[in-house]
Amino acid sequence: MLTLDNISKTFNPGTVNSKLALDKLSLDVENGDFITVIGANGAGKSTMFNAISGVFMTDSGSIILDGKDITFMPEYKRSKTIGRLFQDPMKGSAPDMTIEENLALAAGRGGWLSRIKKSDREFFREKLSELDMGLENRMNNPVGLLSGGQRQALTLMMATINPPKLLLLDEHTAALDPKTAEKVLELTTKIVDENKLTCLMVTHNMQSALELGNRTIMMMDGRIIYDVKGKERDRLSVQDLLDRFKENAGRALTNDRMLLI
Amino acid sequence: MDFFSGLFSALPTAIELGLFNALTVLALFLSYSMLNVCDLSTDGCYTLGAAVGAVVAISGQPYLSIPIAMGAGIISGFITAILQTKMGVDSLLAGIIVNTGLYSVNIAIMGNKSLLNLNGVQTVFSDFKPVMDSVKNNVLDIFGADKDSVLSTILDFFSSDIIIGLIAVTIVTIFLSLFLKTRMGLAVRATGNNPDMVRSSSINPTVTTIVGLCIANAFTALSGCLFAQSQKSMSIDVGTGMVTVALAALLIGGAFMGKGKIPKRAVGAILGAIIFRIVYTIALRFHMPSFMLKLVSSVIVIAAITGPYIKSKYPEFARRMKYRKGGRINNADS
Repeated sequence: MLTLDNISKTFNPGTVNSKLALDKLSLDVENGDFITVIGANGAGKSTMFNAISGVFMTDSGSIILDGKDITFMPEYKRSKTIGRLFQDPMKGSAPDMTIEENLALAAGRGGWLSRIKKSDREFFREKLSELDMGLENRMNNPVGLLSGGQRQALTLMMATINPPKLLLLDEHTAALDPKTAEKVLELTTKIVDENKLTCLMVTHNMQSALELGNRTIMMMDGRIIYDVKGKERDRLSVQDLLDRFKENAGRALTNDRMLLI
Repeated sequence: MDFFSGLFSALPTAIELGLFNALTVLALFLSYSMLNVCDLSTDGCYTLGAAVGAVVAISGQPYLSIPIAMGAGIISGFITAILQTKMGVDSLLAGIIVNTGLYSVNIAIMGNKSLLNLNGVQTVFSDFKPVMDSVKNNVLDIFGADKDSVLSTILDFFSSDIIIGLIAVTIVTIFLSLFLKTRMGLAVRATGNNPDMVRSSSINPTVTTIVGLCIANAFTALSGCLFAQSQKSMSIDVGTGMVTVALAALLIGGAFMGKGKIPKRAVGAILGAIIFRIVYTIALRFHMPSFMLKLVSSVIVIAAITGPYIKSKYPEFARRMKYRKGGRINNADS
């Protein structure tokens, strides 16, 4: 499905700020995998996501998505098959445009000169009602009026309205209050299950890292230091996970935003 | 009374110039309000449209002058857009560079002259005037009114210049209202509204910026083209300060219409342009010298942009004043 083959990236090469953000990282993602990604600050989690989605071109190695070499494909072209959500709920939608207009952009139906049709509106209404947030009755409201949770849920809808081959979730619930975070996470798993999406999710919540998905990878210094799935993962507790980190990294997993329970 | 009759007689000219300016204001409505790019090549592009419009009209093709001027505007917008999307030039700098370059280009187009005279040259307006006159006479005949009647005065008000200005402004407004609702239009708006979102969606921001700036500059050039032909003269500095004048009009329009739907905001932009011209005419009646126009527009832009900022900072200032006066204990309330 997705293959990262020895990808490396150094930021600010040749300067004092030079940082090896990805160090010959390799990863094989199977079709339908739901992988949770954990690691300390600066481990390269977001950098890996950015490399996959084409925010920058890697220094070496190759990226294959669904049998297609996308190593040098520009970001906007990859976005047709890769859906992305960020921690900041404000990043995924245009505040001065209405809910309907945002969805129309994400759906991208019809030609460039086509307008929103009645059938599109019905389709959006139906999709929004799945979120169970009452957004289907506010389709002509500017997105800027929505709360963070509603906006993130809308972004999730926008990212998956055309089911992508790959969904990248970069701590997409971290900026929400616990209750809303739970709701958005619930929606995420529902949408991922329904569309059988392949998904990578960065989280700082150790509990959900183990509960969600079928595989967990742990990153440090731009490499994957621990990769667990199947029965071994089912038996793992949060404490085990922390122990594994210490074992592999030679130091304790410290992260100011980490949730251990 | 003398003041008002003088003002009234100057009103048609104010509205006419307001309508021609409105096209540039609508261009900025697209580039500044929608695409969030402050296109500083507006001055040069306006002059480019005027130069091309004048030269093509002098060569005997007044109707061809409109599409050719708009085409020239598109090329200018394309260069500005390419510089900022593909060449890594900052968007403000890209506009300034193109603006500077256009000065030479415009003089070259005008045949190494800085002034062109269109007196006696066939223009869109000179062709339309007889049509308007015959329409007026027919209407007067139907109502049996004579040349001194109120009806005649009203009809005089709608000179051929104003009618053509109205037609152009209407077409551009309808076009913009329709375009900004299409998928491409939505993509252009999203590019200005949330670049982060656009980068992570399948919209190519290079394309949307190019499309937006090309359309905007086509309208700016059209604005200059119509202005030059209606004034029957064209000088190299007609566009100087145009971007500030148009921004002032845009911000005045925004203050009147607020944030509503696109057509409403576009109409606000047009009204802003006309109001600006009328206020300017009134100021001239109070013996403000005409060279003050640019300063007045600068002050309006400064006031419109700093006003909300100062307003938002006022509570902080008020509390500090109170604090200084010894209200340190109870400074939390009121």
